[in-house]
Amino acid sequence: MKGKVWKYGDNVNTDVIFPGKYTYTLMPPEEMARHALEDLDPEFASKVRPGDVIVAGRNFGCGSSREQAAACLKAAGIQAVIARSFARIYFRNAINLGLPVIQCPEAVEALEKGDEIEVDLQAGEIRSDKGNFRFPPFPESVIGILQAGGLIAFTRQKLREKGII
Amino acid sequence: MGKTLSEKILSLKAGREVKANEVVTVSPDFVLSHDNSAAIIQEFRQIGLKKVAAPEKIVIVLDHVVPAASEKHALNHKIIREFVEEQKLPHFFDIEAGVCHQVFCEQGFALPGLLITGSDSHTTTYGAFGAMAIGIGRTEMASIWATDEIWLRVPETIKFNLKGKLQPGVMSKDVILRLIGDLGAEGANYKAVEFAGEAVASLSMESRMVMTNMAAEMGAKNGYFEPDALCLEWLRGRARKEFEVIYSDPDANYEAIYEYDLSSLEPQVACPHSVDNVKKVNEVAGTSFNQALLGTCTNGRLEDLEMAVRILKGKRINRRIRMLVLPASRQVYLEALKRGWLEILAEAGAVILNPGCGPCLGAHMGVLAPGEVALSTANRNFKGRMGSRDSAIYLASPATVAASALEGQIVDPRSYL
Ligand code: SF4
Repeated sequence: MKGKVWKYGDNVNTDVIFPGKYTYTLMPPEEMARHALEDLDPEFASKVRPGDVIVAGRNFGCGSSREQAAACLKAAGIQAVIARSFARIYFRNAINLGLPVIQCPEAVEALEKGDEIEVDLQAGEIRSDKGNFRFPPFPESVIGILQAGGLIAFTRQKLREKGII
Repeated sequence: MGKTLSEKILSLKAGREVKANEVVTVSPDFVLSHDNSAAIIQEFRQIGLKKVAAPEKIVIVLDHVVPAASEKHALNHKIIREFVEEQKLPHFFDIEAGVCHQVFCEQGFALPGLLITGSDSHTTTYGAFGAMAIGIGRTEMASIWATDEIWLRVPETIKFNLKGKLQPGVMSKDVILRLIGDLGAEGANYKAVEFAGEAVASLSMESRMVMTNMAAEMGAKNGYFEPDALCLEWLRGRARKEFEVIYSDPDANYEAIYEYDLSSLEPQVACPHSVDNVKKVNEVAGTSFNQALLGTCTNGRLEDLEMAVRILKGKRINRRIRMLVLPASRQVYLEALKRGWLEILAEAGAVILNPGCGPCLGAHMGVLAPGEVALSTANRNFKGRMGSRDSAIYLASPATVAASALEGQIVDPRSYL
């Protein structure tokens, strides 16, 4: 899938991705998507299109462990987040909720807002007019989690295939 | 190029040679959860499986709010006990055992070369014994219960080369606070940290546990010491299973190496409201506070209580200070009782609490009112953690906490020993 780049800097924290004031209310995904990046880029939620990609600097997702900070980007249609680095808990939450997070400093260096890119998870490659960038491909199991749409769904699927449930 | 301890353990577990930044799917040796097991049980039920995949790997310790502080907490515990019964889980520790990280180590689950995951961020503690021990989320724990598997990214490693010897009254807590202050709360994000160097031999196992416990506060995925003779001696008679000691290769690839001389280190304090806001005790000397807390999974072991006993024996803590003593486990509590230490501390005016997390997470037993300040041996001082949103927490060593409780203000403990 092709998409456009949304570019941000270092230390994009979970509060600006999904504000704390909404975290303790239950919210359907479409509504979460409407608040995505609200305090960083007010344009984002209304202009983002399915397949778009976020490209950011160091320590993306630092701060709280709230899972909504990954869920809201996924709900907004974001195909993947590419960053120089991710905060540890965010990285895991994202994969476990089915949002691909890719560490690729070279791509971050080269890509600009609005660039059209394609992310190939299986091949471990980002393709764009600015060049192609490689990252270590996710192993099959992680791709499985992403394709199933998250860890709980993936686990259920796996156990069903084995005839355990 | 050689491999680090983390790369080696994950290579063994994955059954192929892996290096930093690769992702592996592996099966942990033991998995820990605590009062949050009730939430994990709920997620596990959603998966639709009747039985957990590997009951013998699951370790559950009730410690966060024990004994139950309310009907809600009591129900939470009840759900867990019923699940333990239903699934026939062999490693369950009820409210009398103590804080999970101490119990896990004492009971011989934390062993060299093992891969351990826990749904608590301070699971990193077990690296004191050369294990690779990692904190994870609840959803992930539910999935491990179901499948006996987890995906992990192989971390890069930062090495701390520690030289020299601590002065009397300066403790490993001061060392780790200094490292966190220098590196920052995100400084080791997603990485492993290795504590090494000639100074390690002079650190007790208890002192090492303080440092691996707080490795989580620099963002680390895991923190560890390589097992030495002292470590293996500590494990004798406790180990729950056979283990193989794993070391980093001499030519392993480290992302960074930092050198520290412990001889010149002064007592340190983490000031409100972040763990990396670290100053020398002398820079904040004279600061007043209301509540002193000695204990938690960070500093509630025998050597910590002993330090307080040395400072407080035969004296009375300042009347303005409430001092809470929270032994980390039943074993620590019993031993301190036998040695007469609890009597000395109670005579000095301290309140002795039952082992567990106690007031560390602000749920019960000594929460702070608005405007109050605590001086604590715990590992986190986030705003509001121990009670009111408008309270504050300073973190320090047991020596600093005890001497300061005596004076009613923060003091350098070195002249009290
Ligand atoms: S004592 Fe505090 S830091 Fe340790 S496990 Fe309990 S709540 Fe967490």
